[in-house]
Amino acid sequence: MIWLTWRQFRGSAAMMAAALGVLAVALAVTGPGLASTFSAGIAACTADNTCDNFYNRFFGEYQLPFMAMTLVVLLLPALVGLFWGAPMITRELEAGTHLLVWNQSITRGRWLAVKLGLTGLSAVAAAGLCGLIVTWWSGPLDESAAEGMALMAPLVFGARGIAPMGYAAFAFVLGVVVGMLVRRTLPAMALTLAVFAAIQLALPTMVRPHLLAPVTATFELSMANVDSISIPREGGAAPRLTLRDAVPGRAGSWVLTNELLDSAGRVVSAGSGGSGAVINVSSTSGPCAPGSAAAGGGDGCLGEVNRLGYRQQVTYQPLERFWLFQWIETGIYALLAVGLTWLSFWWIRRRLS
Amino acid sequence: MNAVLQAQGLGKKYGRRWALRECTLDIPAGRVVGLVGPNGAGKTTLLKLASGQLEPTSGGITVLDGRPAATPAQLARVGFVAQDTPVYAGLTVSDHLRLGARLNSRWDAAMAGERIARLGLIPAHRAGKLSGGQRAQLALTLGLAKRPELLILDEPVASLDPLARREFLQGLMEATVEHEFSVVLSSHLVSDLERVCDFLVVLVGSRVQVAGEVDTLLATHHRLTGPRREPVRLAADQHVVSESHTDRQSTFVIRADAPIHDSAWTVTQLSLEDLVLAYMDKHEVRR
Repeated sequence: MIWLTWRQFRGSAAMMAAALGVLAVALAVTGPGLASTFSAGIAACTADNTCDNFYNRFFGEYQLPFMAMTLVVLLLPALVGLFWGAPMITRELEAGTHLLVWNQSITRGRWLAVKLGLTGLSAVAAAGLCGLIVTWWSGPLDESAAEGMALMAPLVFGARGIAPMGYAAFAFVLGVVVGMLVRRTLPAMALTLAVFAAIQLALPTMVRPHLLAPVTATFELSMANVDSISIPREGGAAPRLTLRDAVPGRAGSWVLTNELLDSAGRVVSAGSGGSGAVINVSSTSGPCAPGSAAAGGGDGCLGEVNRLGYRQQVTYQPLERFWLFQWIETGIYALLAVGLTWLSFWWIRRRLS
Repeated sequence: MNAVLQAQGLGKKYGRRWALRECTLDIPAGRVVGLVGPNGAGKTTLLKLASGQLEPTSGGITVLDGRPAATPAQLARVGFVAQDTPVYAGLTVSDHLRLGARLNSRWDAAMAGERIARLGLIPAHRAGKLSGGQRAQLALTLGLAKRPELLILDEPVASLDPLARREFLQGLMEATVEHEFSVVLSSHLVSDLERVCDFLVVLVGSRVQVAGEVDTLLATHHRLTGPRREPVRLAADQHVVSESHTDRQSTFVIRADAPIHDSAWTVTQLSLEDLVLAYMDKHEVRR
C-alpha cells in the first residue's frame, strides 16, 4: 500500500521538493548577507543612536521579498489542501478506481490510513520546512519591522515558527474530508479553499487575541506612541492627535485596542488611524499655537498635552508570547485535523461507496 | 461450503428510491452465474452489495459464508471487476501488476505475467492509452491473479466490440476451468451470457424475477400457442409468465414443473433469450 501511495504521490512530491529546494537555496544564499548587513547597521547606529532610522531604511529596502516570503508560507498550506487533499478521494471516485483498489485484499480503513499518513506527513514536513527556513531568513527583518509587520502581527504570525505545520495538517485533512462529502474534484477544491480561508481569517481576528488575557496599560504620550498632532493654520479649531499602534518600550507587541484618554479617564475616541482625535488644547496661544517655537507636534506641544492629562490606553499581546501562541495555535489546528481524520475514517466505512 | 452467495430480503435504497428490494437468492458454488436485466434494474447494486462496496439498507447478504469486504481475508476470497473496468490511467500495465502483488496475499504473479504476455499487452504502456478491450483484459487479469474463490464482474463486456467480447469471455472461461472458481457476471444482453452461464438470475424493476440452473429453467418454461381464449385455466403448478393476444390467437409463456398435456395448445421450447424477454415483458405488463 505504501508503494501504491508513493507511486501515485511521487509526481506532486517531486514538484513540492523542487519548489522547496529552489526556495531553500535562494534563502540560504541571501540569508547570511542579510544578517551581516543587519548586524553591521546595528553596530553603526547604536554609536550615534539612530537605530530607528536604520530599522526603517533596512526594512523598507527588503519589504518586497519579506512580503513575498510571508505570502509563500501562508499560501503553502492552502495549496496542499487544494491539490493534495481535495483530489485524493475525488480522483478515485471520478475515475472509478476506488472500485478497483477497494477490492484488493486490503480494507478501506487501511488504505485511507496509509494515504492520509504518508501524504499528510509530507504536507506537514513541507510546511514546517518552509516555515522554519523563512523564519530563519527573515530574522533580521522581523526585528526591524514596523508595527503592524512585526512577528505578532496577524499576517506575519501565521508565516513564522511552527504554526504552518498545523495549518498544513488541517488544510490537507480538510481537503480529503470535503472531497469525500462533495465527491467531485473542482467543487471540492473550491469549497476547501473557501472553508480554509474563512477559518484562517476567523482565528486571528476572533480567537487568537483571547488565547491569553491581553495586557492593558496606560502610557504618557511621547514620540513612541504619537503619530502626529495636527494644528489647523487658522486659529480657533482644536488640534487633532493621532496615535501610533505601538506600545512604548515594548516593540513588536500586537496592539488590539489603542485609545486616547482625557484627564478624567474617559475615552476621547479611538486615537489611531483616520484623522485622529480632537484634543482640547488651545491652538491660539501656548506651546501648540502655530506660531510658537515648538509648533507642529514638537515636544513643547506634546508636553502641554501630557500636562493636560491625556494618556494612551492600549491593550496588547506582548512579543514574549510569540512561541507560546505558536504552540497553542498549532495545537488547535492539530486537534481540528485529528477530528477531521476521525470523521474521514467513519465516513469511508459507513457512507462512502 | 455449498453456497457462494446467499441473500435474504436484501434491499438497497438510494434516497427514496429502492434500487434493489426483497432480493432472496441462494447461488450454489462452482457455477458461472449470469445476472441479466435491463439497464437500471439493480444489477450493479446487487453486485456492489456482494463485493462489499455498498452496505444493504435492509436484509442481509453473505458471500462465501462471510460478510462482504469485512476483513482482508474476505476481500482476498472475492474478486471484483467493476463496470467499465476502471484502471489507473496514469499507471503502466506493470505498475498494475505490482499493485496487485503488493495488495494481495494470494497473488499469482506467474499467472498474471503469463496472461499479460499472451494478450500482447506491453508492460511499459500506460493503462490510459489502452483500448477498451485491452483495459478490460487488464482489469480481468487483476481479478484473476488475485486467485479468488468467487469472481464478480459487472457488465465486463458492455463497451467491447464483438470480437473483443468473445475473447474476453473465452479467457474467463478458460480460467474458470483451470482454477475452479465461481463467477457471477452481469449483462443486459442474454446473448453474452448464453454461451458461458449455467445459472441465471433475471433482475427486472429492482426485483429478482427468476433464478435457477439454466437447464432447469429451459425445461420448466414453455410457450403455448392456440386459439384465442382469455381467462386461462391452468393447472395449479403452472404460472403465467407473459401473455399476448391477437384477434384469433393467444400466446402464453408459462412456468410448469410437469410436462404440458393439453391438445388445445401447441407447446414449443423457449430459447434462453425468449425466456428472459418473457420476464421483462411480464414486468412491463404489471406496470
